[in-house]
Amino acid sequence: MKYFTQLKAALFLASLIPFFRLSWYGYSDQLGANPIEFITRSLGTWTLVFLLITLSITPLRKLSGWSWLIKLRRMAGLFAFFYALLHFITYFWLDQFFDLASIYKDVIKRPFITVGFTAFVLLIPLAATSTNAMMKRLGGERWQLLHKLVYLIAIFAVLHYWWLVKKDITQPLIYASVLTILLGYRIVVMRFNK
Amino acid sequence: MLIKKPEDIQSSEITDKKLYLSRRDFMSSTTRSLGALAVGITAPGLIFGSKEAEAVTATKFNGLRKSALSTSEALTPYKDVTTYNNFYEFGTDKYSPAQLAGTLNPRPWTITVEGEVKHKKTYDIDALLKLAPLEERIYRLRCVEGWSMVIPWVGFSLSELIKQVQPNGNAKFVEFISLNDPKQMPGQRSSVLDWPYVEGLRLDEAMNPLTILAVGLYGEVLPNQNGAPVRLVAPWKYGFKNAKSIVKIRFTSTPSVSSWMRANSNEYGFFANVNPNVDHPRWSQAKERRIGEFSKRETLMFNGYAEQVAHLYKGMDLRKFY
Repeated sequence: MKYFTQLKAALFLASLIPFFRLSWYGYSDQLGANPIEFITRSLGTWTLVFLLITLSITPLRKLSGWSWLIKLRRMAGLFAFFYALLHFITYFWLDQFFDLASIYKDVIKRPFITVGFTAFVLLIPLAATSTNAMMKRLGGERWQLLHKLVYLIAIFAVLHYWWLVKKDITQPLIYASVLTILLGYRIVVMRFNK
Repeated sequence: MLIKKPEDIQSSEITDKKLYLSRRDFMSSTTRSLGALAVGITAPGLIFGSKEAEAVTATKFNGLRKSALSTSEALTPYKDVTTYNNFYEFGTDKYSPAQLAGTLNPRPWTITVEGEVKHKKTYDIDALLKLAPLEERIYRLRCVEGWSMVIPWVGFSLSELIKQVQPNGNAKFVEFISLNDPKQMPGQRSSVLDWPYVEGLRLDEAMNPLTILAVGLYGEVLPNQNGAPVRLVAPWKYGFKNAKSIVKIRFTSTPSVSSWMRANSNEYGFFANVNPNVDHPRWSQAKERRIGEFSKRETLMFNGYAEQVAHLYKGMDLRKFY
């Protein structure tokens, strides 16, 4: 693709928009009555969005035949990690204020936090092994196997949202549906190739 | 996530409260008089009576009594109290009631009292406002979601109304039923909860001096998004117990099944007393974030009203009766 570098740069900047938007809202006092909740929700939402974008690259590439799409996958995945990290820091710092005992109880006792926390922890090795050097060190096959964890992470992330919601599951349902399609596609392809 | 913010609207674009209330009054009295003409019972005195217009346009309450039950804690800003609301009748997002509640018409409004009482009665809202002297009650409000506010309500003790209608010997519980009208309450087009919204108290809880019918806040008529024209406030219970936009009060011999109990009985019990020792299955209730504050604070038993209400639950296992 001719303008790939420019496209990638533009997408990089676009991916930062949610971050700058939140910063602007914070600066101009537009985060509403409960700023910490607003920030946490927003960062969580964008983590989910980037996870789903990451998972949609392979199906899109195969369906469209645009092989260059694969070169965007790492960036999308790393943005998912970026927003997950900020989401976690918001919880750890702003919401709980480093209250380790309370965080421990949350992680152990609250299913929605258990799965959310697990998803975040599982993302760390994927981010850490995202460099070319790490890919080489692990070897293609092992690297691929490790990065299959992203399926589990995405499922946990959607569950995290689903179990958080009190009653209105409209939003989690949207993410769950998209994820079902993305994972369903892979199952179909696997069957078909057998 | 796109949340439209009310502050995007310039104050110059907002219709003056007096103006829109009088406009609304004009429209409703016009439609009513047309309706009355259609059925042939014109009662001009009733429709064009100055008293009603007065009650509607006077958005500020004067001469409110102070109450010894008020807290002296710092008030949560008016803007936060009126833009951050759980009122599923206007959507499940906390900012949507403030944006969507304009369709609610709190005048004319009646509240029907029925069930196990001597005097079954339908109150016009303006009559209800005169049932007892209005007081300012500054209460803490603790939401089950882990945040809290301090709100200066305007209202009177529910016991005043109860004394007037005189419950009979069978009356053990009081049920509060909110308006069910998807035309006025767009959130009711979704079946997120069973409509109408229903909440209940035990009769002695309802009689407790803390329990009020609120008709205003910050010295003004209750904004629609806060449950206009009349709502319940029982400050030692989680916020969802406080039924909003009440149209019916029913005295019963058995406890009512509230909307949230019906929605999820594992998570919401009948009593729903604020209790830092009994966690909601999905989040801890030990702490809360006071809106406007950064650090969380410890949640107090009965939301700090133990002195007034603890005796109501003597000998009860509050883990079981959550």
